[in-house]
Amino acid sequence: MITLLIIATVTVVSAGVALLLRNLIHSALLLIGNWVGVAAFYLWAGAEFVAFAQVLVYVGAVSMIVLFAVLLTSRSPADMALAPHTRSRVLAAVVTSGAVLGVLLGAVISTPLPGTNITVPSVTVRDLGNQLGGPHAGAVLVVGVILTVALIGAVVIASTGRDDGKPDAP
Amino acid sequence: MSLSPLQLCLLFSSALFCVGLFGALARSNTILVLLGIELMLNAANLNFIAFWRFGGAHAPASGVLFAIFSIAVAAAEAAVGLALVIAIYRHQKNIRLQDASRLKG
Amino acid sequence: MSSSPTLERLPLVVRDWLVGWLPESLRWLAGSLLAIVAVIVAFASLFALLTLVERKLLARVQNRPGPNRTGLPFLPFTKNRLFGLGQPLADGIKMLTKEDIVPRTADRVLHFLAPIALLAFAILTLAVIPYGRHLVPLELEAGVLYFFAAGAATELGVFMAGWASRNKYSLLAAMRALAQLISYELPLLLSIVPVVMLAGTLSPGGIVERQGGWSFGLLPQWHVFTPWGVTGFAIFFVTALAESNRSPFDLPEAESELIAGHLTEYSGFKYALFFMAEYFGMCALCGMGVTLFLGGWQAPLPFLAVVPSYVWFVAKLLTLLLAFMWVRATLPRMRIDQLMRLAWKFLVPLALVNLGVAAFWALTADWTGAVRATRWLIAAVLIAGPFVLLGRKLTTGLAPRTYRYAA
Repeated sequence: MITLLIIATVTVVSAGVALLLRNLIHSALLLIGNWVGVAAFYLWAGAEFVAFAQVLVYVGAVSMIVLFAVLLTSRSPADMALAPHTRSRVLAAVVTSGAVLGVLLGAVISTPLPGTNITVPSVTVRDLGNQLGGPHAGAVLVVGVILTVALIGAVVIASTGRDDGKPDAP
Repeated sequence: MSLSPLQLCLLFSSALFCVGLFGALARSNTILVLLGIELMLNAANLNFIAFWRFGGAHAPASGVLFAIFSIAVAAAEAAVGLALVIAIYRHQKNIRLQDASRLKG
Repeated sequence: MSSSPTLERLPLVVRDWLVGWLPESLRWLAGSLLAIVAVIVAFASLFALLTLVERKLLARVQNRPGPNRTGLPFLPFTKNRLFGLGQPLADGIKMLTKEDIVPRTADRVLHFLAPIALLAFAILTLAVIPYGRHLVPLELEAGVLYFFAAGAATELGVFMAGWASRNKYSLLAAMRALAQLISYELPLLLSIVPVVMLAGTLSPGGIVERQGGWSFGLLPQWHVFTPWGVTGFAIFFVTALAESNRSPFDLPEAESELIAGHLTEYSGFKYALFFMAEYFGMCALCGMGVTLFLGGWQAPLPFLAVVPSYVWFVAKLLTLLLAFMWVRATLPRMRIDQLMRLAWKFLVPLALVNLGVAAFWALTADWTGAVRATRWLIAAVLIAGPFVLLGRKLTTGLAPRTYRYAA
């Protein structure tokens, strides 16, 4: 229980600080720390496979895309720190997210949820594999298609659109 | 008042979700907005695992499977989103979200 | 069949004896700590040894003696220099006593954190490798996934180093390194998928267990001795070279164009940490290669199984590391576009073809007798065909080189 509280505090605080910082690279790196915190939560909950997948996908891949995007879209380090958010915009954001938070907290606390005496579900990697290859094979295929389409789409969107087709200089 | 672990997990994920929401709404930098959305997705994922662990599930692996699929889709979302960011940058030389209001190139 | 149980369990016996001094409640913790310390000390001394071996080996290849002046401290007044065996010690003292310079414009926090992050993740990867029959520091069901998750995180350290230095060469090198690491991670992961598929488990220990036994009482049933295994191992070897920034893929540190890459602004102990992390990463990748393809701690011949398993693991690990050094001494550095083309147009398609061949291999597991030769033949053709075609596609217009102005 203490572990959960520590993980939760670290994760939420790092996320909050990350979204308030003016330096984009610092925000991105802190958010990566936040993703690691989420992975730690998965480990705590006993979902090893998901935790490692989270680290592999988020810390290994998504973080790299984010960092590349940050570096490709800023012309100078000073440009990166530019954060032209207006006061009213921040106020609106605080009010909205505060309201959502209030509703969620109220709902969570007032709902009768299953207590602590729950048998711990044990899922081996083999079980997961059998599930993914058996009843959920269709979903796996769909995800594969989505990822392929996303990859091609991303390449098409981000490409410059001109193809000079010149062979490399010898 | 004592909270059950499930409630604590849900509170944690709600807090994370709202932090993400705040970031997505308050910042005008497209990359940070995307990161905020990514955070909200992560918070949703936390719920799957929390309910899988403490909710007394009927199918033992469903929560984990859902989280895995969700992570895969989130990766696709991040890739496309950041490709869009780069396209916007190439078009208007900055990535302020307010400036990206025209569809016409 | 197997070695004497006492010798095999010797490290465990030593651990239990050491831990036995403590009260019951602390034993688990002390045992884990002991395993961590043992792994770190073993690999740190291996790192010290490797730096010397690499320098000596490179020197020998280039027809010079290499470091041979520093003896060991306990032989101070003799003429015997022990082939320069004291060199790592001298290097270590030099690194520790050097001034630690941080550029004025650098991001101090990240500049400080980068080597630590890199080294921490490199050490994390060492945890799941089965070093012997009973020597797995951390038994995980999804150990292979853990290994590559922790390995993927090292990219962050490289980026932090490059960006925090506030140096254009560092940043360029970091971007290059990231592009390279991401591109080669794909074939790396694809090359190990067949192993996981055929072994039916993600635990490194389980994969090694599956490679036990000998066909015809002679040929070990290691994965490298199958058509898909040898292709997978070749792809793994090339991508491991690239993932550990080794020549011919050491573009991020290409001295001739980028000074020292992301290490440009590092000096003293931080530089030593980077160096250490690089060698740890290399050792971890080699260890994983041994585990996945070369039979892990299994002995190569039945009668050699009397030798303890961890000896075999270390022997294989050292062989693979020496192969890495040999490659470094032999091949010139690639250009960045050649590097990318090799990854995306050759290794990834080949790894995908290999996946198909592995699926064929898994489906035909019950073929016996004469049909078995057919199975081998079909699998070999299925790999060799795409290999030749892809290779031809990759190298068209590149060779032979013509010298227009030379006589």
